Amino acid sequence: MPVIDLAQTRVRELNAQLHALSRDTNETLWRVENPNGQHALAVGLDAPITVEIAGHAGYYCASMNKDAHVVVEGNAGVGVAENMMSGRVHVKGDASQSAGATAHGGLLVIDGSASARCGISMKGVDIVVKGSIGPMSAFMAQSGTLVVLGDAGDALGDSIYEARLYVMGSVKSLGADCVEKPMRDEHRAELRRLLDAAGLDGSVSVESFKRYGSARTLYSFHVDNAASY
Amino acid sequence: MCGIVGLFLKDPSLEPSLGEMLAGMLEVMSDRGPDSAGFAVYGEGAPGRTKITLRGKNLASVAPALGADVQATIRDTHLVLSVPTPDAGAVRAWLARERPDLTVTGSGERVEIYKDVGLPAKVAERFGLAGMAGTHGVGHTRMATESAVTADGAHPFSTGADQCLVHNGSLSNHRSVRRVLEPEGMTFTSDNDSEVAAAYLTVKMRQGASLAEALEAGLKDLDGFYTFVVGTKEGFAVLRDPVSCKPAVMAETDRYVAFGSEYRALAGLPGIESARVFEPEPARIYAWEHA
Repeated sequence: MPVIDLAQTRVRELNAQLHALSRDTNETLWRVENPNGQHALAVGLDAPITVEIAGHAGYYCASMNKDAHVVVEGNAGVGVAENMMSGRVHVKGDASQSAGATAHGGLLVIDGSASARCGISMKGVDIVVKGSIGPMSAFMAQSGTLVVLGDAGDALGDSIYEARLYVMGSVKSLGADCVEKPMRDEHRAELRRLLDAAGLDGSVSVESFKRYGSARTLYSFHVDNAASY
Repeated sequence: MCGIVGLFLKDPSLEPSLGEMLAGMLEVMSDRGPDSAGFAVYGEGAPGRTKITLRGKNLASVAPALGADVQATIRDTHLVLSVPTPDAGAVRAWLARERPDLTVTGSGERVEIYKDVGLPAKVAERFGLAGMAGTHGVGHTRMATESAVTADGAHPFSTGADQCLVHNGSLSNHRSVRRVLEPEGMTFTSDNDSEVAAAYLTVKMRQGASLAEALEAGLKDLDGFYTFVVGTKEGFAVLRDPVSCKPAVMAETDRYVAFGSEYRALAGLPGIESARVFEPEPARIYAWEHA
C-alpha cells in the first residue's frame, strides 16, 4: 500500500501520482498522512481506488471525483466532493460549507455535521449527513437526494428544482418554493437504499423522515412571483 | 480574501509561547493575504500605566522628549510607550501636536498592535512576534479589496482602549456608517471599511453595550461580508455575517481556544489532534473571557 506523507511530499506530487494510475491498476489502496488541512487533496481522481486521508482535509477534497473512494478520517473543509461525478466520499468528522456542491453523481457520506450550503446546486449526487446541516442547504438543488439524520438550518431547499430532501430532525425554515411532500413507497425505498449504502442498515427507520421538494411555482416566470426571484 | 487568526490561552503556562504560536498561525495564512499583516498581543500590563503603540520613523527621540516617567520599547518601525495612565491624554495630545508624523496603532493597559506591509512571515519576524508573551492575541493577513495597500490599511484596527478588530470580508455600507460615527467623535486613520466596524463597536460599548451586545447591534447595522475577531483586555469574540460568506474554523482544548480562517492555520498548535474542532455558526456571537 503506497503511503504518501504530506509532511515530506507536496500535494501536487500526491495528485500527480494518483492521476497517473490506470483504471486497472493494482495499487488500489493509498494512504495519505499528515494532511494538516491542506487544500485540493485527492482531487480529480478517475480510477477505482481507495484513498484514505489520515486527518483533517482542507478545501475541495476529492472534488471532481470519478469512481474513486476517498475517506477523510477527520473534518473536511469547504467544498468536499464538489462536482463529484461518481464514486464515494466518506467524511468521518464534520464537513465545512458547500459539501457536495454541484456534484453530478456518486455518494457523499458525512458522519458528523455539514455547515452552510450543503448540496448547493447538486445535480444528481446522493448525500447522507448523519448529523445536521447548516443554513441555505440544497439551494437551487437540481437533482439527486440529500438525507439528513439531524436538523436542517434556515432556508432549506431555496429555489429547489427536482432534488429530493429527507430530513429526520427539525427544519428551521424552508426556502422559497420548497415544501414538505408526502412520503410514498418509492420514496421509502429510495431512502432505505441510501441509508443502507451509508452503512445505517436497520438502525434508522425510514418512517422517521419527512420529505421536502419543489412546489414548482418558480419554474416559469409568473408576474405574481416577481418578488420571489 | 484575507486571513485572520486568534488565540486565547486558558492555561497560563502557555503564555510565554503565545507569540510563537500566533506567528506560526499567521505565517500559514500568507496565502490568504500576502500584501500586509498585523497583530495585537495582550501582554503584561502594569496597573496605573497605559501603553501606546506608535508607528513611524525617528522613534528614539520620542521618549526623551516626553520626560522621566516614560518607558519606551522600539521594535522596528513601532514604538511602545508606557506612561502613567493619568498622563496618557496629555501624551496623546503632545504626540498629535509635536509628532504628527507618527500614527497611533493602539493603546490600552495591555494591548500592543503592530502592522505593516509585506509578507506576513517577514512582518512577524521584523517585530519579533515569536518572542512575545501574552494571554491572547489576534492577527491578520491582508489581501486588500476596499482600500489601498498601506500600513494604515493593515489590520488590526484599534479605536478604543485595549480594543482591536480584525476582519475578513468587505462591508458595503461603511461610508454611511462612518458618517453616523463621525459626529460621535470618532476619527479615522484610513479609508478602510474594517476600521469603521471597529469604531462602530467602540461607540456602542461607550454607550454602555457589552461587547456581545455591540456585536448583536452590528448584525443589524453593518451590511456586507464579514468574519470578525474582536480583542478586548480580557478576551476575544468571533462573529460571522448571517450568510457566513467568509470561512472560519475554531479549535478548543483545555489549554486554549484558537480561531483560524482555515484549519491549516491551527494544524501546528499543541494538542490539536484531540481538540474540539468546529465551525462557528453564522450570526452567532462566540466570546471567551478571562475571569
